[in-house]
Amino acid sequence: MIVSLEPRVAAPRWLAPAAVVAAVIAALVSGGIVIAIAGGDPIRSYAHIFVAAFGSIGVVSDTLVKATPLILTGLACAVAFRMRLWNIGAEGQFLMGAWGASAVVLLPILPAGTPGPVLIPAMVVAGALAGAAWALAPGILRARLGVNEIITSLMLNYVALFWVQYWVFGPWSEGGFQQTRPFPPEAWLPRLTDFAAGNPMLGGLTVHLGLVFGLIAAALLWVVLERGRWGYELRLTGDSPAAARYAGINIGRTIVVVFLVSGALAGIAGMSEVSGVVHRLQDRISPGYGYTAIIIAYLARFGPFRVVVAAILFGALILAGREIQPSGVPAMIQGFVLFALIVAEVLVKYRVRIGRPAASTA
Amino acid sequence: MSAGTPASPLAIHATGIVKAFPGVVANDHVDFDLRTGEVHALLGENGAGKSTLMNILAGLYSPDAGEIRVNGQPVSFRSPRDAIAAGIGMVHQHFALVPSQTVTENVLLGLDRPRFRLDLRRHDEEVRELALSVGLRIDPRARIWQLSVGEQQRVETLKLLHRGARILIMDEPTAVLAPHEIDELFTTLRAMTAAGRSVVFISHKLGEVLAIADRITVMRRGHVTAAGIPAAGATMDELARQMVGRTVLERITRTEREPGDVVLEVRGVEADNDRGVPALRGASLQVRSGEIVGVAAVAGNGQAELAGVVTGLRACRGTVRVSGEDIANRSPVVAIRRGVGHVPEDRNLVGSAPNLSLVDNAMMKRYRDRPIASGLLIDEDAARGLAERLKDGYQVAAPSVDSEARLLSGGNLQRLILGREMETSPRLLVAVQPTRGLDVGAIERVHQLLLDLRTAGAAILLISEELDELFALADRIDVMYEGRVVGSFPPDPALVHEIGLHMTGGAAAA
Repeated sequence: MIVSLEPRVAAPRWLAPAAVVAAVIAALVSGGIVIAIAGGDPIRSYAHIFVAAFGSIGVVSDTLVKATPLILTGLACAVAFRMRLWNIGAEGQFLMGAWGASAVVLLPILPAGTPGPVLIPAMVVAGALAGAAWALAPGILRARLGVNEIITSLMLNYVALFWVQYWVFGPWSEGGFQQTRPFPPEAWLPRLTDFAAGNPMLGGLTVHLGLVFGLIAAALLWVVLERGRWGYELRLTGDSPAAARYAGINIGRTIVVVFLVSGALAGIAGMSEVSGVVHRLQDRISPGYGYTAIIIAYLARFGPFRVVVAAILFGALILAGREIQPSGVPAMIQGFVLFALIVAEVLVKYRVRIGRPAASTA
Repeated sequence: MSAGTPASPLAIHATGIVKAFPGVVANDHVDFDLRTGEVHALLGENGAGKSTLMNILAGLYSPDAGEIRVNGQPVSFRSPRDAIAAGIGMVHQHFALVPSQTVTENVLLGLDRPRFRLDLRRHDEEVRELALSVGLRIDPRARIWQLSVGEQQRVETLKLLHRGARILIMDEPTAVLAPHEIDELFTTLRAMTAAGRSVVFISHKLGEVLAIADRITVMRRGHVTAAGIPAAGATMDELARQMVGRTVLERITRTEREPGDVVLEVRGVEADNDRGVPALRGASLQVRSGEIVGVAAVAGNGQAELAGVVTGLRACRGTVRVSGEDIANRSPVVAIRRGVGHVPEDRNLVGSAPNLSLVDNAMMKRYRDRPIASGLLIDEDAARGLAERLKDGYQVAAPSVDSEARLLSGGNLQRLILGREMETSPRLLVAVQPTRGLDVGAIERVHQLLLDLRTAGAAILLISEELDELFALADRIDVMYEGRVVGSFPPDPALVHEIGLHMTGGAAAA
């Protein structure tokens, strides 16, 4: 008895999306088994997760708040992954974006008292630039010298982490704590709850303008990637760099631009987090959004709108993680999802044959 | 020639072999027998099932049905390892060698012995003797990357001989060889059969088959159409008919035409190959409008780099003028905009993007311009329209324009690529090995398309290793040797020896 993999000549169109759904189900079932072994009730646990994430308008708002950085970092990964550029550095680009946005207020780049309509766009630009700058080095190294971008982008995550720590422990530290002073309200992204005076229904809803940034970015990316010339160049280069060169595409430049766009998106995610949620820069501002984004991009099969959906699901998991005990359950499910996705990818590309090799009929 | 007599035992006797792949029966009850000490040619077009049959005999595929006997014993192979244990080894078209290691190291790779301590010097000697015994010229200490393709093929053969193969299956061994290397290969094959080994020689070139084989088996569409006929009495016409099922006289129409203005002028061009070694050393040539200039050269004499330089894909020194404008060292886009079409040698990874649709592949050269481009976006309808036009106009057999390019057969893919380049109405078309690996029918259509383009007034630079192709199509044949054009000839088949002499550098030496 042998198990062998045969490449599929032509996978039916429904297979890839079906495999993603199956992977999520398989991950939930596997997670359920672990919960059961640990003595829990999987059905109740999942029901609890669901209620904790979607049970009321208040928690839906909280879920969306958690999803916002995931949408933007997920898009950052998706755009690079489309071209088979494995930017694993969304985490570092996120941190640098958060730092860049903070610098506008704290360095300060714009004087205190600058009104919000000027300050916030400036923070968005600064966050995007800082994130893009952080992605520039892996991009150039890959484009010019063929240096593996996985290593460079990953290593720069630690540099970014230490960079932020330096500022929050040192120059920007508030009274020796590992955080900066709070931003003035002009530097806050508007939240729904800020409009509660006019509409009491909105009270306590912390979902902020960053979500709109994410949705706009998803829509723009969809147009550019699915309908645009640039998206075509990415597809072509991702599938066969030699064919892309033959078609007249400047591959080096395309690689650098993709890294810049990817870094800028992750940078905006960082800006949105400090300006929309934390209202200051602090150590541990990201619980690993940039890494979860990798799973999200894969789960979404690099589709911008699918990234939004996957990010909301993961936002829900993270939120529910605070509610249910043990809190490791959502992290476990994330792990199972990634694992099941990798298996699913193999199954989409190959057909599994089980059995003896056909022997000659003697 | 040591033709096996009918009385000698059968080295291989395969009966009723069936092997089906999704959508195609590659071998449909095929019988094949190989006598000890003979060269048995297996002839057929691409897709006839030759390679499938031989992959079964070499243990790579398991047949769905059928029986194989080796020296009278029934066998059932689960892997090439089983086949080599039974004395059967196959030299594939794509070699499996480690470039950074020496010949001896590659020969020993994967063997159980030597177990731990490797006395390379002793094994070098062993490999040298083995090579000499069958007349293979090879330096055991050379590293694979230093060897020519022909020499690498010898290493593959040595690997099998070292493992004790008595039966050698050679899959289109001459496709990668220069004429004098082919002669050497034939000498080796004869030396091996004289020593009691047997050879299966896969080919689709009739002349070679008649030159080397004792017997010939012809396959067409998964069936055997001629089983083990003696080569001595066979004629080319007869074999060709059995191969393609009809008489193959190329029915291409070629109109006489006065060449027009000079479109391509290459002067004193120098360029390195991918390994950084000078490949073009002052090459010069001209192509006029309405003219096909053929470039004949043995692989690795700079013709591939010439194509790269003209299409903007390779850096160079010197002048490359297209209709008067120097495009040397600019970019591929400049060449495309200047009207240089390109049918690249590697149609699977350069000429097309395998996992993208026909729509995406059809617009590769035109997505920047209206009507496909509309601002920064791509007009979906225009793109589909172009793909449909190519699919219908150039007989690209595919379920739909949404099919992925990798699902097309070689001929269909090549027609898509040629169609795409022709639809841009190129001033100059650079076609590199445009018919390599295609079957007779597909070759004929590609040839006709090239001639149509010539009639339309384009200049065509045709780089081919098939001299027959150049004789059939070219208005002039320029011979390249070691990065220079060393001679220019009218396309007269009577000049084949003269051309061959120039291709191998013999003319310069004389």
